[in-house]
Amino acid sequence: MTVAPDIPTGRSRRPRGRPLLYTSYAQDMALLDTRAKKVWTGLLVLTAFGLSVVLADRSLEVLAGAYVLAIGAIGLNIVTGYAGQVSLGHAFFVAIGAYTGAALSSPPGGRTIGFGVAEIWIWLPAAGLLAALAGVLVAPLATRLRGLYLAVVTLGLVFLGEHVFKEWDALTGGPGVGRSAAVPQLFGVRLDQDGPLGTREQLLYLLMLGALIAFAVAARNLARSRIGRAFMAVRDRDIAAEVMGVPLTRYKVLAFGISSFYAGCAGALLYSITGYVEPGSFSLLLSVQFIAMVLIGGVATVSGAIAGALFISLLQPLTRSLPSLVPFVSADTTVTPNVFQVETALYGLLIILFLVFEPRGLFGVWVRVRNYWKSWPFSY
Amino acid sequence: MTDVVESIIRGLGNGSVYALLALGFVIIYKATRVISFAQPSLMLAGAVAVSYLAEVTGFYLAVLLAGLLIAGVALVIERIAIRPMVGRPFFVVAIITLGVDVVVRVVVNAFIGRDVRQMGDPWGFTQVSLGPFVVQTRWLAMLAVTAVLVGLLFAFFRYTRYGLAMRAAAFDQETALAQGISVGMVFALSWGLAGFLAAIAGMFVGTGQGVEQLTWIIALKALPAIIVGGLDSLGGAVVGGLTIGVVESLFQSYQGQLAPWLGQNFAVVTPYVVMLLVLLVRPYGLFGTREVERV
Repeated sequence: MTVAPDIPTGRSRRPRGRPLLYTSYAQDMALLDTRAKKVWTGLLVLTAFGLSVVLADRSLEVLAGAYVLAIGAIGLNIVTGYAGQVSLGHAFFVAIGAYTGAALSSPPGGRTIGFGVAEIWIWLPAAGLLAALAGVLVAPLATRLRGLYLAVVTLGLVFLGEHVFKEWDALTGGPGVGRSAAVPQLFGVRLDQDGPLGTREQLLYLLMLGALIAFAVAARNLARSRIGRAFMAVRDRDIAAEVMGVPLTRYKVLAFGISSFYAGCAGALLYSITGYVEPGSFSLLLSVQFIAMVLIGGVATVSGAIAGALFISLLQPLTRSLPSLVPFVSADTTVTPNVFQVETALYGLLIILFLVFEPRGLFGVWVRVRNYWKSWPFSY
Repeated sequence: MTDVVESIIRGLGNGSVYALLALGFVIIYKATRVISFAQPSLMLAGAVAVSYLAEVTGFYLAVLLAGLLIAGVALVIERIAIRPMVGRPFFVVAIITLGVDVVVRVVVNAFIGRDVRQMGDPWGFTQVSLGPFVVQTRWLAMLAVTAVLVGLLFAFFRYTRYGLAMRAAAFDQETALAQGISVGMVFALSWGLAGFLAAIAGMFVGTGQGVEQLTWIIALKALPAIIVGGLDSLGGAVVGGLTIGVVESLFQSYQGQLAPWLGQNFAVVTPYVVMLLVLLVRPYGLFGTREVERV
């Protein structure tokens, strides 16, 4: 065991049959560090792209929405999972992104503010940046506060935001009326209309999938970089991190900024699927849903956030079909128990059950399953 | 001038409801280091329980029974969802209470339905003259009952052995355990007390206008109140609650004339504005203990 192989500096092949033997630092830090991961991730991505041809338009729309929510969940995971700053205000940043995108891309001269810049590569970064700016503005307060004080303050943000959005009719169209959302247009091709490249749902699906992959890879890279390690140090013990030379304020501001950037982009994309934004949708419930995604998926894992978002979004079509399966659940909102109540209660129950029984979420379930099969048929 | 005073009295009335809720938050926080986001649902449950019980037993007995019932519900929640989480990060437990809140609220909403439930309270919107001022009786009832409850609570913490145990556990859990104090009992007691207070607060929120599904949002205003007062200060909770109530009431009366550019219903979000302003100056609230962090 003490035989020291000459340590290669760059890429190197790993001995056959020893998938976990790292022989170089680059291997240890690789994004996909084993061949199995490379193969399966590749297959997963290919399948996801392939779905755009196979599935019906209605399912594609649901999945596209789920992908966008996953971007938002990854964002919340950066600030809450990696950097440990509890934020209940994610809905606020999502709203800023949604309205920035909508205002930039809507045609000017309408009932609500519009600038007529429908190109997605302009409004998407703009929506993210404006939300990030809001995050950075909030951060100085956040850096002074800790733990649950911060949670309550970010909760306050949601309420203040709701008030502003309800009052600012020119931007938001007002409660109950709403406005048209961001128009996704790429190099002159409207992605929200059927075209020669595919149906509306197919185009949107591919756009959201591409965006999710880009954002997920970026987040994964961020997490294993110097910044990500600093975030984790701040999360685990902020004073100790500061003693070790991590500038607390800078990294907390950075965490809020990046997280809000993700939220803003998610907001702008989310409503471009339905084409409609309503000020009432950015409520505490949206924040709680994002928290549920992060917790159910797995705190401080990017794949977990995606899994959580998919799980929560696919829960909805599932519960909506309950009335036909279970006789006492009604689809009518005036009757109790109806599907919406069941759905809301499920969010709550799932949060409780996961936190009590599987704190690492779906990611933890996956790790357990993987470990079981790794040593199968031996249990240890 | 009379307008201002009447507005302040209304604010004090509403503020005392916030104070009751805030006391619940603070009691749980001191014992378990967790903000219970389940308080709003317990408040709603209390109000609904009163509205059902009042039809059977009459109002005053209904309030007492509802208080005990909700205290019992809180005990069950604590035992099932909170106790297994001892030793886990406080944030995780706080999120669990968020989940509990959602579940309990769905159950309670099923009892409310779409209509507004009346409390059967003896006050309604009746008004009474205090010298030159005309105020609603229910504001005075809220103030009086809150004053009595706060007095009883402080006496409980000051003079009884259970109060002493709770103070000891709040001060240092491990040392309290070493001295033979059952910290589990303290947890349960804190949740029970908070549930009782939430039910009383819910009853007051429902007086006059009744209870509906959206009533729970009022309880969230107690959160700025505890932050203003400081998370771990009982006195701060009362002061914070009353402050929030008065500021909100004054904005309700005068913001429309003095600052219409803030938009309609700005009063609804004033608690959060006050909270942000206070935190800019004092990050641990007015009376909160400044945490000393050591590595």
